[in-house]
Order: sequence, then structure tokens, then C-alpha cells
Amino acid sequence: MKALVAYRLAVIAGVIALLEVLCLAGVIDKITMQPPHLIVRDLYRLLASGRMNGAIVKTLTNTVLALVLAIGVGVIAGALLHRRRALRDTLDPLFATYYAVPVFAFYPFFIVVFGLGDLPQILIAFMLGVVAMIVNTLNGLDRVPGVLLKTARIMRLSPIDTALRLTLPAAGPYLLTGIKLAVAYAFIGIIGSEFILSRGGIGYEISFAYTNFDNATMYPLITLILLASIAINTVLSRWEHTLLARRGAR
Amino acid sequence: MVQRMVATPAGQRGGAEPVAASERPAPTQVALRQVGKTFPAGRTTPAVHALGPLDLELRHGEFFAVVGPSGCGKSTLLEIIAGLTPATQGSVEFEGRAIAGEAPDGIGVVFQEDASLPWLNVTDNVAFGLRRSKLPQEERDRRVREVLKLVGLADFARSHPAQLSGGMRQRVCIARTLVMQPRLILLDEPFGALDQQTRLLMGDELLRMWRETGATVFLITHALDEATMLADRIGVMSARPGRLIDVVQTHWPRERDSRIVEHPEFGAITARLWKTLREESLKTIGRGDAAAPREA
Repeated sequence: MKALVAYRLAVIAGVIALLEVLCLAGVIDKITMQPPHLIVRDLYRLLASGRMNGAIVKTLTNTVLALVLAIGVGVIAGALLHRRRALRDTLDPLFATYYAVPVFAFYPFFIVVFGLGDLPQILIAFMLGVVAMIVNTLNGLDRVPGVLLKTARIMRLSPIDTALRLTLPAAGPYLLTGIKLAVAYAFIGIIGSEFILSRGGIGYEISFAYTNFDNATMYPLITLILLASIAINTVLSRWEHTLLARRGAR
Repeated sequence: MVQRMVATPAGQRGGAEPVAASERPAPTQVALRQVGKTFPAGRTTPAVHALGPLDLELRHGEFFAVVGPSGCGKSTLLEIIAGLTPATQGSVEFEGRAIAGEAPDGIGVVFQEDASLPWLNVTDNVAFGLRRSKLPQEERDRRVREVLKLVGLADFARSHPAQLSGGMRQRVCIARTLVMQPRLILLDEPFGALDQQTRLLMGDELLRMWRETGATVFLITHALDEATMLADRIGVMSARPGRLIDVVQTHWPRERDSRIVEHPEFGAITARLWKTLREESLKTIGRGDAAAPREA
């Protein structure tokens, strides 16, 4: 296991080293990309100056809001749909084709309905994440062993108690998969929306820097998003690993 | 002489031993009268008459085992008594109250499948059902400690089910049932997935728990020797639709363990069970009378 981690780190270090060499050798010109060591330096300066604090807080806040909404609504909707077979059968084709629909196409509609501001961005991110959460909740609940449901009945648990104390914890690994997807979709939704129409946020700042050839801002911000995504995914993966190990699955 | 055994609807008396008046049986705890179960037809499957009609009485504190061919409705019978599935005919009473498709208070069930909760440790698994109770926390903790000691898992209180063997996980489920102090314990082939040696040892533990708790035990098993070793009375079921065709009384002392297999009567009782069951088992594989051996 340690060797595997070492190999992964070696691959990442190798790619960074290659970019460094290509940039310093002029194969990749300065207008296209800065060498990685300068990106790290600029990121430090950017964070230390506090210039981007507002954008970072806005993006992270909206992402967390969209994520919490997607997880909450997704789990509740999944649990309810699991108990309503006919409704689930009706909606299944929609879930299967949902990600073929470009949610960003609804942005003008959301602006008309909800106005300019953070709400349309949060809604887009929520819409991207919620279906992944519903589908994974349904998957997890489908795999709860029947004997646990019988146990709940023998213990005379109410439907809510059964869901909160038995079926949802039993479906935990699937819920976690849904959460991992929802995190990715929430980031994509918020940052993507900030690119299209926004006056703030990391996505807006990246877009602004890009149109102004400001590589000293653009690459550090891209790196910041990359690091945030990797950090969140690492935490979730560790959690998943612990969860599965406890259940004897790893 | 008192004849308290079960009769089939056809009036056929179970092969029960008569019980002397001096051994007057305990009062009835569970009473099934003309109970039957038919599963309705599905889109591609016909209706299935799975069980009955059958009559059965379980007495307070007895150990009753049921054996029968595969698919004869043993588990359905258990689920009807547990209130997990409603009977489509007849009536079921637990301590004088009708059971109508809802699990009554005072009944615990241990299933064949592993029903331990993998995300909880052994202590939390055992305490799971107590959370709804109004008992003070100290009393709950005391009960959990006692039950863990009873099932021999006190040293594994902080372990998770995945860290335990199959037999230990089943003991977790038994402990979770016992901690609720049920007056009737239903066991659906609880040792079915275990090897023979472990089953014998688990049988010893089950007998000890039965004696210490004083609860009535209703055991479904496919193992004739297990039924003979554990039970006071053994009900033999016919092929589907399952009816009780014999009830055998073992007359074992209450203080017993797996060494009862050495008793001269043990083989005779097991042989009697098999004699009754053989023809029924052949029916389930479609051979019936045709496979009966010629008399010597």
C-alpha cells in the first residue's frame, strides 16, 4: 500500500517536473503557461495578499450550499422513491438520461425566474448533484439485506427510525459514492456558472484573468481549485476506506 | 393421561407421546388455529398454497423445534408467529392476543442470515433495540454487559462484526434478541451457515441461554439431530403445503447439553423423525412413493 502511494506521488512529481523542464526550456512559451514553481509562488502571494479572499469565500460558500442541498434533497427523495415503486419506475428513464441534458442551458431561465445573483448558480450546481445523490441512495437502499428490514419490524421501529438508524446507515457506502459525485458536480456547477455569468467567485476571476492574459492569477487559481478538489476527495476516500474496512469489504 | 399434542385438520393425531398428569404442561403461550398461508399469483407465477391449515400450541418455557422438507413453509410459519407476515386463514394468538401482521411486544427473532449491523460495534449492535426503551442508561448498560457475558462475547465488546467469525456474529444477533428479554424467541435455522462442530457448541450455548432466561424457544431447523438434541418437542411438517404430521416429545431433562447425543434414545428419536420425513422429502424432489425401498 505504501509502495502504491509512493508510485502515485512519483507520477505526479514526474509530470510537474516535466512541465517545469518544458516551461524553462521554452518548449511551452510563457504566454501559454508559467513554470510550476512560479505558479506555486504566485499562489502563495495571491493568498497572502488576501485579494482573492472574497472570491474564494463566495465560491466555497455557494459550493457547500449546493452540496448540502443536493445531499439532503437527494437522500430524502431517494428514500421516498424507494418506498414508491410506481413513481420510481416512472422517473427511472429520466434519471438514466439526466446527465445527457446540459443543465447549463437552463441558466437564462433561472436568471429570468430567480434574478441575477448566487441563487441561479447554486441551483445549477444543486441540479447537477442531486440526481447522482438520488440514484446512489436508491442503489444503496436496493442492497439493504431483507433480514435487516425484518429486524426493524421485529424491533417495531417506525419508518423514520428504520430509515435513520438502519437502512440509510446500511446503504452508507453507496451514499458516500453519491456524496463524492455530488462534490464534483457542485464544484463544476458553481465554477462553471461563475464563468458564464457572474461578478465574483473563483470561476469569474479565472475567466477575467484569462481574457486579460494574466497568467500570474489564472494558473494559481486553477491550482487552488485543483488542490481543493484533491483535498476533499482524499478526505472522502479515506472516510470510504474506513467505512468499508469496518464492514470487512477491504 | 393428558393428550396435549397437535392434530392435523384431517384429525390425524401427531405421533405424540402421551404426557402423564403429573407432568402437566405449562400454560399455552402461542396458539395457532387452522392457520394457512397462500401467496397470491404474480404476473408470471401461479398462486402458491405454502402452508396449512395447521394447529399448534406452544407452552410457556418449552423448547419446540420444527423440521420439514425444503420449501414446506417452515420459515413462513415462523414469520406468521413473529407477525412479519399475515396468515391468509386461521388465527394466531400470542399470550391471548391476536397477532395480525405486526410484530407483538415480547417476541424476538434470530434469522439464519447474518443480521448484525456492520457499522456498529458489538456493544452497539446488542444495545440497538434498547435505544427506544425508557430504561435508564445504567440499566441498559448492565443488560448489555450481562448478555455479552452470557453469549461469551464480553471480550469482543468493541469489535465490529467484520472482525468476528460467522458463529460469533450469530451470537451477536442472539445477544441483541436476548437483551430485549423476549418471552418467546423464534430462531430460523440460526446455525444453518455454521460447520457441524460449531453448531453443536452453539446448541450447548442456546440450551444454556434457554435455561437461564426461561423464555420459550421455537426453532426452525433442517438438521434432525439438532432438533433432537435441543428440543422438548419436535414438530414434523409435511411437504408443501406444510402441515404438522407428527409431534415427537423427547423427554430430555431441562439440564442437558450436546452430550445428549450419546443417550440411547437419541438415535431412536432421530430415526423416527427421519422415518416420518423421508417420504415427505421425496415428494419435494418429485419422487414420492416410487422411491420407497422394498421391504426386506
